[in-house]
Amino acid sequence: MNYAYYSSVALVSSVVVYLLAFFAHTAEWASARRVGASEVVEERELVTAGVGGSSGSSETVVSREALTREIEGELADRRVEQFGRIGVMLTVFGFCLSVIGVVGRGLAAGRGPWGNMYEFTITAMVAVVAAYLIMVWKADLRWLGLPVTLLATVGNGLAVTVFFVAVAPLVPALHSVWFLIHISAAVISGAAFNVGGLLSILYILKKRAEDRGTVGGYLARIPGSRRIDLLTYRFHAFAFPLWTFTVAAGAIWAEYAWGRYWGWDPKETWALVTWVIYACYLHARSTAGWRGNKAAVIAIIGMASFWFNFIGVNLLVSGLHSYAGV
Amino acid sequence: MTDTQTRPAGHADNPEEPRPERAGPDLPRLGLRGTLRFLWAQLTSMRTALVLLFALAVAAIPGSLIPQRHISPIRVDDFIAQHPTLGPLYDKVGLFSVYSSPWFSAVYLLLFVSLVGCIVPRVGVYFRALRAEPPRTPRNLRRLPAYATAEVSAAGAGDVLERAVTELRRQRYRVRVVEGPGGASVAAERGYLREAGNLVFHVSLLLLLLGVAVGALWGYRGSSVVVVGQGFSNSVTQYDDLTAGGWFKASSLKPFNVVVKDFQVAFETGPVQTGAARLFRADVAVTDKPGDPVRSEVLEVNHPLHVDGSTVHLIGHGYAPVVTVKDGQGNVAFSGPVVFLPQDGNFTSAGVVKVPDARPERLAFQGFFLPSAVVDAQGPRSVFPDAYDPQMFLNVWSGPPAVETGKPENVYSLDTAGLTQLRNEKGDIVRLRLSPGQGTDLPDGMGSITFDGWNRWVKLQVGDTPGAPVALAAIGFAVAGLCLSLFVRPRRVWVRVSGGTITAAGAGPDGGPEDATGTEGPEDDGPRVIEVGGLDRADARGGLTDDVDDLAATLAGAPEVTAREKSGARP
Repeated sequence: MNYAYYSSVALVSSVVVYLLAFFAHTAEWASARRVGASEVVEERELVTAGVGGSSGSSETVVSREALTREIEGELADRRVEQFGRIGVMLTVFGFCLSVIGVVGRGLAAGRGPWGNMYEFTITAMVAVVAAYLIMVWKADLRWLGLPVTLLATVGNGLAVTVFFVAVAPLVPALHSVWFLIHISAAVISGAAFNVGGLLSILYILKKRAEDRGTVGGYLARIPGSRRIDLLTYRFHAFAFPLWTFTVAAGAIWAEYAWGRYWGWDPKETWALVTWVIYACYLHARSTAGWRGNKAAVIAIIGMASFWFNFIGVNLLVSGLHSYAGV
Repeated sequence: MTDTQTRPAGHADNPEEPRPERAGPDLPRLGLRGTLRFLWAQLTSMRTALVLLFALAVAAIPGSLIPQRHISPIRVDDFIAQHPTLGPLYDKVGLFSVYSSPWFSAVYLLLFVSLVGCIVPRVGVYFRALRAEPPRTPRNLRRLPAYATAEVSAAGAGDVLERAVTELRRQRYRVRVVEGPGGASVAAERGYLREAGNLVFHVSLLLLLLGVAVGALWGYRGSSVVVVGQGFSNSVTQYDDLTAGGWFKASSLKPFNVVVKDFQVAFETGPVQTGAARLFRADVAVTDKPGDPVRSEVLEVNHPLHVDGSTVHLIGHGYAPVVTVKDGQGNVAFSGPVVFLPQDGNFTSAGVVKVPDARPERLAFQGFFLPSAVVDAQGPRSVFPDAYDPQMFLNVWSGPPAVETGKPENVYSLDTAGLTQLRNEKGDIVRLRLSPGQGTDLPDGMGSITFDGWNRWVKLQVGDTPGAPVALAAIGFAVAGLCLSLFVRPRRVWVRVSGGTITAAGAGPDGGPEDATGTEGPEDDGPRVIEVGGLDRADARGGLTDDVDDLAATLAGAPEVTAREKSGARP
């Protein structure tokens, strides 16, 4: 049986399915646009009705208009719900495909599938989507579907088109138990940082809409900025100690492999830069004048730094961590 | 007990800290002490810490994009050669050695000073807080973020507080019974470990710096190229390069000896990642100190050798062609392996064979060893890292014998001063191309050279980083502290039993239950109301409302009836 082949097919299919899921969530956002608008109008009507409640006739007129709107709203609401469900179902399907892809890759290589950029990316995307699906199940986080499916499409898409390398054994430098420890920690913390980063973007959008009083459409359906901020913090609070551990485990491994625990290799440097930026984020959240938007921007910079460390350092800068194989 | 626990006392945000006014033209002068205090307050403020953290992140970046001297000196030289204007400028501001530059050091030292200034006062505050009792019960529990009530009969009300104490202790709260104007109540607090974790994390960073400093001051690291079959003795003269800390003494090198008996290497021959390394394995014989028995060890990547406190790593390998040179008088002037340095991934290796003892003229050969040689439009080059078709390509130089100066010279490069390149009868430059076993005579009776075969060499890195265990422990503490400071949820809970009627307890929006509990001791046998209020002091997790509701229900003794009932929601 050719695991490598089935793995590739499953991953390419997962990109397509994630893309469809992304379209479904886009449709969900788009139909939510109307729902939000009608809800706002409805509230205003109700207020008017309450004030002018003394006259019976106007009340009936208003309530008839309100009824029509309510029905329209109900229909749009149902559409939103439908697209949302389709999106989640497609995401689950895409997730299964990408799990098959990763497992197949591991079987084909006979080791943990984290030996190069391609394998790291597909594993990280499984972690991201798994985190998202668990949150959908446990905490009703479906509103995160659009950015997560976008990330999964782009991530797996880049993997199968740009990063792809055929299955090969590892170079001797990667023959170590730390391979498992260091990289699995990096995958999980990276996934959490990415979800945190997406949440930060949503936070900024939502906060801006709240401040301007223009919360409508999809933004009306996601939780308030305060709750998004809290969720963002939780993802980062989970990822940060794990990232600290990742860097430390990398240092221990470097001591075994290269005889020094820290050598300012570009990858090490950028791991530290990323760490420091997230330390900034955590400090900013408890500093007056830095909470909210500024902290969210720092979290997004942290995510950018993580991505640069992953893609930029692997492809643009020469260093000891040259395992991309691209 | 104040809120200083959450707000670090050392930070300038603290209103209790004397904070000098910003120096303006009309303000009284600060004086030296005042200025120092002002600067200290500024340095240790959270904002400064944030700015310094940012500065650290930004300052670390150029070192990853511009070649660094301590990593690849050759690339630095190339960079300077390619950028005649920028290069020297970069050099002047330390961009080729960012991590030891004054400005980078300044950033992290300031950061650590700021850290000390921040945590020292906090340690004091924390220890005072540890001894403090939970804060008094607020008058109005309804104003707290979480609030729940439950009804209990007058008979059952007697031991509610006792049960609250037991229950909260079971949930690992610190509990105290407060006697107040409205009667007794229970105040409880937990989550003291959050701040402890925070402090442990920051102290660990100092410990980490200490560990790194110890390693930098007493540690050493050097490398030595050893041809297979030969050995390495741990003394300063045997190192090709040695970097050591300021307080390192050469006499502290342990006198061990390592002989490389065999070195196996394998490369990928399949279609995927052709030429990638697959195996490095050196069999070595180690003598811990002169006179000790020899022990056999295997040295691999990721499996360093530990000898008497030092570690020996296998960090590189290459080819050493074995040549024999006879001089013009027919004597063997040189014979043995010569280390050639790899220039690319396929081990196109460059090197020099120096024969200073050849007579009448001294000789030198400069050129390439190619493990799998091809000659094409790009000239001679190697197409695979393993030795499938090894060949040597050499130019020959000769010159009058030179006086031995005793000055060290680079064995890998040839100083052609005083030498001329050999030419054949037609006047063309002599270019030798040799396969193993092949030899050739040099023109003008200068002698001959034979390419006897090839050997491999390994690069051993020997070093000791004394502070590493400290740094490792520091990181362990840091991660543990970090987890505590991020996941422990400090929380305060208060419980009070109100007498009188229920409606009074849930009265007006601001009417405290105090009005209802004004009567000391219940006069009637009507139901009592248990009030539970809760406050989360860090927003790491939710669930406060549920927990408070559950506590109220538990104390009332009938969770299924009252679990979700809130005050005012009752008929």
